[in-house]
Amino acid sequence: MRARDPKKRSKDFKEVALGLTEKQAVKEAKRCLQCKKPKCVEGCPVEINIPAFIGKIRDTDSPGALNVIRQYNMLPAICGRVCPQENQCQGRCILGKKKTPIAIGALERFAADYDAKNSSPEKPVQIKPNGHKVAVVGSGPAGLTVAADLAKLGYEITIFEALHEAGGVLVYGIPEFRLPKKIIQREIEYVKSLGVKIQLNWVVGRTQTVEELFEEGYKAVFIGVGAGSPKYMSIPGENLNNVYFASEFLTRVNLMKAEQFPKYDTPVKKAKRVAVIGGGNVAMDSARTALRLGAEKVYIVYRRTEAEMPARLEELEHAKEEGIDFRYLSNPKEIIGDERGYVKAMRCDKMVLCEPDASGRRKPECSGEEFILEVDQVIMAIGQTSNPILVRSIKGLNLWGAGYIEVDENGASNIPGIFAGGDISTGAATVISAMGAGKRAARAIHDYIRSSYPA
Amino acid sequence: MYNILKKETIAPQVDAMIVEAPYIARHHQAGNFVVLRIDEKGERIPLTIADSDSEKGTITLLFQKIGKTTEELGTLKTGKAIRDIAGPLGHATPIMDYGYCVLVGGGIGSATLYPILKALKGKSNNVTVILGARNKELLIWGDRFKELADEVLLTTDDGSSGRKGLVTEALKEVMDKSKVEIVIAVGPIRMMQAVAELTKPYNVKTLVSLNPVMVEGTGMCGACRVNVGGKTRFACVEGPEFDAHEVDFKELANRLGFYREEEQASMEIFKKKKCKGRCKKSNKGT
Repeated sequence: MRARDPKKRSKDFKEVALGLTEKQAVKEAKRCLQCKKPKCVEGCPVEINIPAFIGKIRDTDSPGALNVIRQYNMLPAICGRVCPQENQCQGRCILGKKKTPIAIGALERFAADYDAKNSSPEKPVQIKPNGHKVAVVGSGPAGLTVAADLAKLGYEITIFEALHEAGGVLVYGIPEFRLPKKIIQREIEYVKSLGVKIQLNWVVGRTQTVEELFEEGYKAVFIGVGAGSPKYMSIPGENLNNVYFASEFLTRVNLMKAEQFPKYDTPVKKAKRVAVIGGGNVAMDSARTALRLGAEKVYIVYRRTEAEMPARLEELEHAKEEGIDFRYLSNPKEIIGDERGYVKAMRCDKMVLCEPDASGRRKPECSGEEFILEVDQVIMAIGQTSNPILVRSIKGLNLWGAGYIEVDENGASNIPGIFAGGDISTGAATVISAMGAGKRAARAIHDYIRSSYPA
Repeated sequence: MYNILKKETIAPQVDAMIVEAPYIARHHQAGNFVVLRIDEKGERIPLTIADSDSEKGTITLLFQKIGKTTEELGTLKTGKAIRDIAGPLGHATPIMDYGYCVLVGGGIGSATLYPILKALKGKSNNVTVILGARNKELLIWGDRFKELADEVLLTTDDGSSGRKGLVTEALKEVMDKSKVEIVIAVGPIRMMQAVAELTKPYNVKTLVSLNPVMVEGTGMCGACRVNVGGKTRFACVEGPEFDAHEVDFKELANRLGFYREEEQASMEIFKKKKCKGRCKKSNKGT
């Protein structure tokens, strides 16, 4: 896919990937073999009929392509941008065995963007109400999907969002240069056009309990609150000034627009030399955000090698093009502060890879050597875990691991009427897998309500 | 939008605001706070819920105008509204039949202590409240505390009300006289630290309510992390009250000062704008 010049783009927050032109999209669509048993569909967590939508693009029927996608996926402009396609649809494409697989993600994005450019804003859709209310907690990808699917079936849906803006991780986590806010806005407007209400500043578990939602007549509650609690390493110096958790750093910039301080009231510290710890998308996002805030040098410090990095291929490539310095096989052991309590350096162990661990990735172990990176800011992007606020407020709810909700394959918890999906039931994963969980839960909620409250 | 039903200045640089927020009022417990954002461009700041009325569906917020956001909040009059308020957040204060309790407040700390006093008196507790401030004008809600507490001791730096001196001196006398079961202290960091150091040798359980920088307030960002007993804890979801004898006050103070430059810059710009508005008005008048 076309992308903006790394030298220019690393100085602003405008979108990096440019998308396909219509000509490019049609040309790419023509390469598709239209397999009888398409492998790409098997690789898609929401099972989009990929050959069908690519066929529409080939026939220059972009609106038709979008209609196909929307039967399976409520947020195509988002998924086209943030899905790890190389591990999903594109990774399975038969063409990829010998040469380049079809750029399915780019085509999905094209269909959605074409529509945004060429059609008028969403008009309210008339749906016959079925008289049942369902509450959705969290307005991230899982919640938006459940809400849209159930609204289409005639349910009266209210989404309860703790923050002052809807979108969950899409707005507080993913930067503007990767997923512009106006794209999220448009997708949320679409969900609202189906009659879905969004109640902001509503911390379910605190502002209102799940029990009270049932008392107010909600027949089912879907919990899609994500895995919103940052993990930390418990190394010395973690609480020094200028050590950020990625979630705070990104929330300040993405949600609170700190890069525009003092026009916006929330500040963020701009540093000269930054070390980001971690190898996932959040690490890439943090590093590239630090660069855009004016850092002269940004390191990504990762304890394994590039081959084990969980980040999307495109993000890794974009980060490299922009000049991020990757320090592989490096494990931070101490953040060193100056006399004022500010970061001045980070001490790391040099690692070697040994036998694979439980995750199937080769386990890093200390080589005995260490080195020091002179940095004035450290951002920890080593993952998120479950947030206790809501789940602990529900009596009798079965949990697993670090406090994730235990659900069956359809998202049903052990308590009748309570469903869950996305990171709060699986642990930190992807936008698309949260949407897949949302789709399955919507079907299960529909079945549950039909059998519990027959017309 | 959350409507401001009543706003008044109750002390120099300290305002009280009654805001319509029925769900928050219904669930408010002593120790809870809200996070608010004044408008589209505002920052999210935590404020203690100083009082609530679940029947009227209102909460009371007390704030000291010490930064841009609190100054701006202070310009909002009765009839205006606040764009976002989320809550009630944070753990509730553990309320039980302790016996003899002492609450120690410095300045705006009264806002946090008042609902705690109410809750403690809802059980069978004997409560002494010690309030301290630089001078008489800065003592907040002394009358309200006197209505509920068994005893209220006032201290001021200049002796303009109550005894001249620090809250810790009054607290020491109380502890020397009677067996205290629990001390809850809320105020400036230096005051809370001094209380912690004083009560430790007496082996009296002591809680402090911490006020670190927060962003979203629901355990998601970790901005508010504090070191308690050598462990990192998130004040927004695991606090804001912690065992005073375990808190690393030095680290807390250091982290609180992290954005001082930005806070000052923001304040300067706000003051300039405010002055500009006034200047225009006076020009029209002449």
